Amino acid sequence: MAKPKLKTHTIDRDWCKGCSICVEFCPKDVLEIDDMDKAVAARKDDCIACKLCELRCPDLAVEVRTDKD
Amino acid sequence: MNQNIKFIQGNEACAEGAIYAGLDFFAGYPITPSTEIAEHLAARLPQKAGKFIQMEDEIASMCAIIGASLTGHKVLTATSGPGFSLMQEALGYAVMAEIPCVIVNVQRGGPSTGIPTHVSQGDVNQARWGTHGDHAIVTLTASNHQDVFATTVEAFNIAETYRTPVILLFDEVVGHMREKLVIPEPGEIATVERLRTSVAEGVDYHPYLPREDGRLPMSDFGHVHRYNVTGLYHDMWGFPSDNPDVVHGLIRHLVDKIENNVNEIALYKELYLDDADYILISYGSSARSARHVIETLRPRGERIGLLELQTLWPFPADIVREKCRNAKYIVVVEMNMGQIRQAVQMAVDDPDRVFLANRIDGVFITPRDIRKLLRVIVGKGV
Amino acid sequence: MAVKDYIRERFFPHIWCAGCGHGIVLNSMIRSIETLGMSKNEIVMVSGIGCSSRICGYVDFHTLHTIHGRALAFATGVKMSKPELNVIVPMGDGDALSIGGNHFIHAARRNIDITAIIMNNRIYGMTGGQYSPLSGAGTLATTAPYHNIDPDFDVVKMAMAAGATFVARTTTYHAKETTDMIRQAILHEGFSVVEVMSQCPTYFGRKNRLGSAVDMMKQMKSITAPIGSKAARENPEIIERGIFCQEEKPEYCSEYDKVIERATQGQGV
Ligand SMILES: Cc1ncc(C[n+]2csc(CCOP(=O)(O)OP(=O)(O)O)c2C)c(N)n1
Ligand code: SF4
Ligand code: SF4
Ligand code: SF4
Repeated sequence: MAKPKLKTHTIDRDWCKGCSICVEFCPKDVLEIDDMDKAVAARKDDCIACKLCELRCPDLAVEVRTDKD
Repeated sequence: MNQNIKFIQGNEACAEGAIYAGLDFFAGYPITPSTEIAEHLAARLPQKAGKFIQMEDEIASMCAIIGASLTGHKVLTATSGPGFSLMQEALGYAVMAEIPCVIVNVQRGGPSTGIPTHVSQGDVNQARWGTHGDHAIVTLTASNHQDVFATTVEAFNIAETYRTPVILLFDEVVGHMREKLVIPEPGEIATVERLRTSVAEGVDYHPYLPREDGRLPMSDFGHVHRYNVTGLYHDMWGFPSDNPDVVHGLIRHLVDKIENNVNEIALYKELYLDDADYILISYGSSARSARHVIETLRPRGERIGLLELQTLWPFPADIVREKCRNAKYIVVVEMNMGQIRQAVQMAVDDPDRVFLANRIDGVFITPRDIRKLLRVIVGKGV
Repeated sequence: MAVKDYIRERFFPHIWCAGCGHGIVLNSMIRSIETLGMSKNEIVMVSGIGCSSRICGYVDFHTLHTIHGRALAFATGVKMSKPELNVIVPMGDGDALSIGGNHFIHAARRNIDITAIIMNNRIYGMTGGQYSPLSGAGTLATTAPYHNIDPDFDVVKMAMAAGATFVARTTTYHAKETTDMIRQAILHEGFSVVEVMSQCPTYFGRKNRLGSAVDMMKQMKSITAPIGSKAARENPEIIERGIFCQEEKPEYCSEYDKVIERATQGQGV
C-alpha cells in the first residue's frame, strides 16, 4: 500500500500560540515559527504527512490532509 | 386494614411522600436522625426500578443527585446537621445551575457532632444562608406525618416548577415519632413533572432563558440538545461569562424567581387567628406543643391563636405581618436561640411585641414550657 | 466526522497557555472519540475545577463543569441514573487526587463504567503554581519555596489498589499512544483510568527550571519507557508507560440491575 501523500497542510493563525511543539518534533523539519510568533509550513515539499504536528498541537491549529483522507 | 393506612416514623412518611412525588434516584450517607429515609428507600426504590446509592460521604451524595437530575430524574438526598454542612458547596451549585433536587435535613442539636439523638431546630438559618454568595432558597417543614408526606410532595413540585433545590427541614422528633399516615390515592395530591423543552433537534435551545411565564424548560442529558452546565456565571446557553450585564441578570433571576413568588411558595396553617390577642408562631415538632397550648387555653376563653409555618424560606413576611397585625403579643415557639423569631421581628410592625419560647437543651419543648413564658409576658395565669 | 465537528469552535483559541499539555490531551481525546464513531448525544463529559477542567467548555457533548474535586461524584449520578450514556471525566491531578481523592478511590472500588482521565501536570495551574499531591518531594512551588517535603504517590498503583479495572499511563509527548489508550479506556466496561503526564510550562516548568513546553515534553520522553521494556528494566528511575491492567469484573450499574430484579421479584426485602 502506498504511503499517504500530502494534499494540504494548514495552520490556523488565530488559534496558533507559537509554542513550537509542532516545529521541534517534526521529523522532516518542515515547520518554523515566523516573525509573528506563528507556525508556518515553510518546507511543505519535505512533509511526509505523518500528522505528528496535527496530533501534538495543543491548540488544534494544525490540519494535515492527505490523498487518503 | 386499609393498605394505605400506615403507622410509621416521620422519616418513612417522608420517603413515601418522595415516592408518591415520583422519586427515581436517591444518594445518601447514613447519619442519625435521618438514616431511616435512606434505609426505607434502599428497599422501596428498586421495587419501582428506581436507583439507590450509598455514597462515600454527603458531598458525593449531593453531587450525585445533581448528576442524576440532569438525566431527567427526580432526585433526593437526606442527612442531618454535619452532613448538611458538607453539602453546602454542591447545594450552591444546584442553585447556580438551576437543578431541581430535594434535600432533607432531619435536624439534631449542633454545632458539630452536637447531640445526635436529640431534637433541635438550630439549622434554620443554615438552610437559608449555608452556601456562600447571594442567593434565594426554598425551605419547607412540617409537624405531623400527614404534613411531612404532603410537604415532601410539594418540595418536589416546587423544585420542578422553579428549577431549584428545595430543603426539607424536619427535626428529630418528627423524624422518629410514630403516628398514623394515610397515603393519598394517586392524583389526590397534584404532582408537577419535569418541564422539557419542545425545541426541535437542530434548533438553538437555551437552557437558561426563562419563558414568558418564568419557567425554564429542560433537556435531559442524552437527548438532542447538548449544552453546558456550570457553577460559573453563565449565559443563556450555560457558557461561562463575566460580562457584568450577564452576571447581574443571572443573580437577579436566581433571587427573583423565588422571592417574587413568596406567596405562591408560602405554606402555613392557622388556628383561631381572627380574634387572637396572643399569637403563637411555630413550625416543625414545636408546633405540636404550640397547638396543644391553644387547644387547652381556647376553651377557657383565652384569645390565643396559632400560625404554623410550613414554608420557612423564602420567609412569608407579608403573610406574617398581616396575620399578626392586631395581636398584642406574638410568641415564636422554636427549639433554637430565636432564628425564626428574628425573621418575625423583621416582618411585623412593632417588633417589641415579639417574644421567644424556646428550648436549647436537646429536650422537646412542651406545652408547659410555652405556658411558663406566656405567664411571664402576660403576668397572669394563662 | 472531522475533529472540528466535536468541538465548540466559537470558543477557540482556548484559554490555556501556549504549550500547555492540556490542549494535547483535548486533541487526543477528540481523536479517540472520532475513531470510535460515537454519537455526540451519547457522551457526557463531567469535570471539576482547574485549568484542566475547562476542557468541558470546548467539546460539543453534554458537558457538566462542576466544583473542585467532585466530578466523579456528579458523574456517578449521571451514569447510574442513565447507564446507556458514555461518561468521560477529565481531571487535574489536584482535582482528582487531592480534594477529589476519596471520590476517586470509591468510584474505582465500585467499578462503575466511567472513563477517568487524569491530566497530571504535577501542579495547581489554575491557582498559580502551588504544589499538588503529585509534585513530589524536592520540587519547587509557590507554596514550597524551600523545596517540597510532601512525597507524591503513584496514580497507577493507587487506581489498581482501589479496584479500577483498566489502568494506563502515557504522556503528552506520546500523543498517538494517548489517543489509543483513551479509546481503549472508553471501550472498557468498568472504571478506567488513564494518567496522562502533562506539562504546565507556566508554573511547574518555570518554577523548576525545566525550560519550554518542548523541553518538558522531551523530558517526559526520556524519563518514561514502555512497561517491561529494556530501558525500564535497566533503570529503576524510569516511569513505565502502557496499560497496567485490563480486567473484567462486575460493573456497578449492571450489578444494580440485579438488585432491581431481586426487588421486583420480592426477594430479600
Ligand atoms: C473547594 C475549592 N477549593 C479550592 C479551590 C481553588 N482551586 C481551583 S483549581 C485548584 C487546583 C487546580 O489544580 P489541578 O486540579 O491540578 O488542575 P490544573 O489547574 O493544574 O489543571 C484549586 C485549589 C476551589 N475552586 N474550590
Ligand atoms: S503546535 Fe500548534 S500552537 Fe504550537 S506552534 Fe505549532 S501550530 Fe502553533
Ligand atoms: S505531517 Fe509530519 S512531516 Fe509533515 S509537517 Fe507535520 S510533523 Fe512534519
Ligand atoms: S497555568 Fe499551566 S496548566 Fe494552566 S493553562 Fe497555563 S500551562 Fe496550562
